[in-house]
Amino acid sequence: MFSLQGLTNSIQDWLNATFSPGWVLIIQCGMVILLAISLFAVLGLALVLMERKVAARMQIRLGPNRVGPMGMFQTTADTLKLVLKEGFTPDGADKFLFNLAPFVVMIVAMLILAPIAFAKGFQIWDINIGVLYVSAVSSLSVIGILMAGWASNNKYSLLGAMRSGAQIVSYELSAGLSLLTIVVLSGSLQVTDIINSQQNGWWIFKGHIPVLIAFVIFIIAATAETNRAPFDLAEAESELTAGFHTEYAGMKFALFFLAEYINIFIVCAIGATLFFGGWMPFHIGNWQQFNHIMDYIPSSVWFFVKTFFLIFLIMWFRWTFPRLRVDQLLNLEWKYLLPISLFNLLLATVIAIMGWHF
Amino acid sequence: MYTETQLIKDATKSSSNGADSDLVINVGPQHPATHGVLHLVITLNGETIKKLEPHLGYIHRSIEKMCESLSYRQFIYVTSRMDYLSAHMNNMACAMTVEKGLQVEVPARAQYIRVLMSELTRIASHELWWGAMAMDLGAFTPFFYAFRERETINEIMEETCGARLTMNYMVPGGVMVDLHPTFQQKVKEFIQLFKSKIDEYDELVTDNIIFQNRMKGVGYLSKEDAISYGCTGPVARASGVSSDIRKIYPYEAYKLVQFDEVLETTGDSFARYTVRVREMKESVKIIEQLIDNIPEGDYQAKTKAVLKLPKGEFYTRVETARGELGVYIVSEGGTTPYRIKFRSPGFSNLSALEHMAKGSKIGDLMATMGTLDLVIPDIDR
Repeated sequence: MFSLQGLTNSIQDWLNATFSPGWVLIIQCGMVILLAISLFAVLGLALVLMERKVAARMQIRLGPNRVGPMGMFQTTADTLKLVLKEGFTPDGADKFLFNLAPFVVMIVAMLILAPIAFAKGFQIWDINIGVLYVSAVSSLSVIGILMAGWASNNKYSLLGAMRSGAQIVSYELSAGLSLLTIVVLSGSLQVTDIINSQQNGWWIFKGHIPVLIAFVIFIIAATAETNRAPFDLAEAESELTAGFHTEYAGMKFALFFLAEYINIFIVCAIGATLFFGGWMPFHIGNWQQFNHIMDYIPSSVWFFVKTFFLIFLIMWFRWTFPRLRVDQLLNLEWKYLLPISLFNLLLATVIAIMGWHF
Repeated sequence: MYTETQLIKDATKSSSNGADSDLVINVGPQHPATHGVLHLVITLNGETIKKLEPHLGYIHRSIEKMCESLSYRQFIYVTSRMDYLSAHMNNMACAMTVEKGLQVEVPARAQYIRVLMSELTRIASHELWWGAMAMDLGAFTPFFYAFRERETINEIMEETCGARLTMNYMVPGGVMVDLHPTFQQKVKEFIQLFKSKIDEYDELVTDNIIFQNRMKGVGYLSKEDAISYGCTGPVARASGVSSDIRKIYPYEAYKLVQFDEVLETTGDSFARYTVRVREMKESVKIIEQLIDNIPEGDYQAKTKAVLKLPKGEFYTRVETARGELGVYIVSEGGTTPYRIKFRSPGFSNLSALEHMAKGSKIGDLMATMGTLDLVIPDIDR
């Protein structure tokens, strides 16, 4: 099977042979930081372009098509413009918190990247509590949003931040519970273990109805956690102009904007890892020929195809649905999603204990 | 000098003499949901609206005063800029008032053309409202769908009237020029297209569960309140008030066509939404009845070069896309009106907003305000 493990191993061997152990660690950290940041930039730009193209397709438009071939450098040009703009801080704002907030949001998004397996053996940190780590760190981003809303000294921002706080804290619950369904079935919190448990079939196929329900709940909760339409109440353009980032301009705004897209990528990557087997190729039972052909497709391609499929799903929601009202949003979580996911977890536990899954 | 910033500050101050927990926010004059320069000062308790005060006048151009110095032929052009989405109906109301004063009989062909144009305008206006309404609730895609069909109407208008938005096509005595040779065929094509698209609208927006939850039971206006606030048009008809001028006082070719007055009884935002969507279908019916039977003949009655209305007062009303538009002209017998007053539908409909929005959430305000279909230049004039 095609794997990047050889590449990473040979780099490590070469580093160990050339430098002392302390330096190896520092160089490896530097490489990871560089890779993570460049991945961030590329992903952010690609996703913004993808969103604009998807939106254009749904809205009988062409979308960006002037800068570069098929408008591919449009987002790069936009980012350059934002970088060159003045980093404006409003008069009445709490200057320290106002400037800190975008970085908090960005750093949180970067931290969640650690346990995600991009390909076979291509992972920054294979921590043994991977899923717990992800759900713990992802709830930190609300601090950045609250900080931005409060420090802006703007009433719209404050309202947006309040909404966002209530929303993210609520939907964290059902997102966590739907992830737990898979943890219960695979018996591990470690991301590699979860992926390996799907060697003979992805959980979405193996886990019967409970996993399907968990997946639907996860997608809803993920959309809500990333503040995307139909749950984009924190921004709510027609109500709160731009919600918590009303006062932000230039690169500070761009950081929020990029963090939103990185967060989408991350939740979709986690969804793909847990429900669709991460980098595991698609296998069908005893069809040896078919399975061999599938194995030839590189694992990173599998991972990105699955992730981008989920991203497309979330973008599709955004350009189809109207926005919910704030009380309807909380009703949906506390009255429907949470009880369903609790019961669903119970069901999944029974299935795991009895060994009823495939 | 009393600047705009000061104005907003004062408005905010006068509204904030409530409890300390109140949050006063200015929605507008620049805000994505007000679709113009409407300024609402909202007192909030959490997310609940305690008080709402519309501040008007940001786009006041004193059209009524301007009309007093223009001749009876000229002043009609200014009125296109009031409710720019139903420019034809504005022009028609003014032309009808002048005709009433001159006691001119409008040729049958002109009457048909006027009604056809009015109904096309009504569809175009409701289309734009439909897209903007969905956008107020956070769904962007319907806006583009609505504009796709609206564009077809604009092209038809452009061919015949020479303009897309402020057509200035109605003149005292009839219409300015005859129909473009392809008019009938293009309108028929549009009707065919539109009939299939309107079902698509229902699938995309009306039947959406989130949309229905946002609209149903929101912004309730009872029949009594609708009457006492002077609401007209779709807003009143959604509350069960029969107020269609086309039915009550049929003018021009409306006497000859069969159509239903759309009435709903629930009085909430969803009722106002359904009234407008159904009205588009009724407009299609009217156009279908007229388009094949446009009589031959003059498109304009013979009038003098300089019009002089006899001394007296003249009033006409028409049903625009937003409701009842009244034109009141006081004449001293000269070549210009002594006084002109427009009764705009948007102003009365806006006055009911506070009553409808009080006690609801900010999100509901957008759902309520969107269904009023406000055009700010029509309110401020």
